[in-house]
Amino acid sequence: MDKNNSLVKLENAGVYRSSKWLVRGISFEINKGQIVTLIGPNGSGKTTTAKMILNILDTDEGMATSNTSKMAYVPQKINIDWTMPLRVIDFMKITNNLNNTQITDSLTMTGVDKLLYNQIHSLSGGEFQRVLIARAIAKKPDLLVLDEPVQGVDFNGEIALYNLIKKISSTLNCGILLISHDMHFVMSTTDHVICLNGHICCSGNPSSVVKNPEYIKLFGEHNSETLSYYQHQHDHSHNNDGSVSN
Amino acid sequence: MFDDFFTRALIAGIGIAIVTGPLGCLVIWRRLSYFGDTLSHSALLGVTLAYAFSINISLSVFIISGVVALLLLSLQKRTKLAGDSLLGLLAHSSLAIGLVLIGFLSSIRFDLMGLLFGDILAVTFEDILIIWAGGLIILGILFYIWKSIFAATVNYDLAAAEGMKPDVSNVIFTLLLAGVIAISIKMIGALLITGLLLIPAATARSLSNNPTQMVLLSIVTGISSVVIGLFSSLEFNTASGPSIIVAALGLFILSLISFKRSGALQR
Repeated sequence: MDKNNSLVKLENAGVYRSSKWLVRGISFEINKGQIVTLIGPNGSGKTTTAKMILNILDTDEGMATSNTSKMAYVPQKINIDWTMPLRVIDFMKITNNLNNTQITDSLTMTGVDKLLYNQIHSLSGGEFQRVLIARAIAKKPDLLVLDEPVQGVDFNGEIALYNLIKKISSTLNCGILLISHDMHFVMSTTDHVICLNGHICCSGNPSSVVKNPEYIKLFGEHNSETLSYYQHQHDHSHNNDGSVSN
Repeated sequence: MFDDFFTRALIAGIGIAIVTGPLGCLVIWRRLSYFGDTLSHSALLGVTLAYAFSINISLSVFIISGVVALLLLSLQKRTKLAGDSLLGLLAHSSLAIGLVLIGFLSSIRFDLMGLLFGDILAVTFEDILIIWAGGLIILGILFYIWKSIFAATVNYDLAAAEGMKPDVSNVIFTLLLAGVIAISIKMIGALLITGLLLIPAATARSLSNNPTQMVLLSIVTGISSVVIGLFSSLEFNTASGPSIIVAALGLFILSLISFKRSGALQR
């Protein structure tokens, strides 16, 4: 791929904490318009790797370089202290100066535009997750890092959000780094899969990764069949309140 | 009009309340109340040094509290001691060093009560200048770093990932806290400054639904506490610092009652 398309790059990068390597020897890059997915068991260093990409963690070995400053992040866990009164509209603006149209547009995309003036503390887990995604895409970033973005979201919402992520990558032509346990989405949509377990076990396009013995060792035989997974298709869709729309 | 000691105290107190409003909100949001305590306890050491070397009290307090603050930030990264133990260690040892030094300076007359609890009579025209000029500088810097410090308060990782440089604004914020303690120590006293940071902000929390509103309300509550506190201090001949804090507490209790009535607790 063209060199100018590279957004971020890790070269033999590693993070060392409390006398052990959390991850080590990680090398990959993310290009414009590309969806790269990190998969791996718990504690395999997926979030640590994402944080190196975002310059939240400094590398103790190797290098992390980025060619863009327009990065947006959907963290895995975020706790907002109750002592802070915060509405969705305030939260949307914490790192960007957005106008009201930009805010409502992106909230509409994730289906939570009605919550604009609600307190963050009153949102359900799934609603908050949608707000997090809306906030990240509102400023049209060059690189979007999503750490398990659909946790707590209901089944139909999950499909809609994954479709949205796909759409974002093509319309904004931004790079996406995704951490996900949803093998179906990973295998059907991702351009590049990286299988992590403290180091890179194997990587490549989805169809080659599932056949890799390292992958089968980590995830077991049954997961290689996810490509033939049965996908439930609705002939209608639901609004947020549960009513049916076509 | 500055001839009257009471007018001077009012003007000084209002100046302090305007600065403690926004800083107090951040202290509450970031759960730094004990951190504020540590800085103000160490302020006593600053006062003692100011007398020993005859330099300006606010300047000396700012330097000592600032050094303690930076020491804390770097120790927190290096030691395995829990944050609160570290704070206690620094708070009490700097308070103790300050008190020991006072013992050595027996040739100088000290109003220890005034240092610990504030002295309404001690506010001079020069103090008013220091409070308002210092206060404006603190507010100006705070306004400049607000976006960054606020983002870091909501979530450190988000702020760091999206170019808000939270580490830089953390250090600046800590120094601003040392600054507000420096300008208010004479008036409120070393032991009670944290109260003026916390209580008006806590009062504002139950009455607001967004951050800006909470900041503005805690300024208003702070000013009201100062005015009510100073008038009752004059009336009942009580120390100014405690009177202001008691007034702030009264407003807090009132806000709790109205908060319960409005049903905001029933979520």
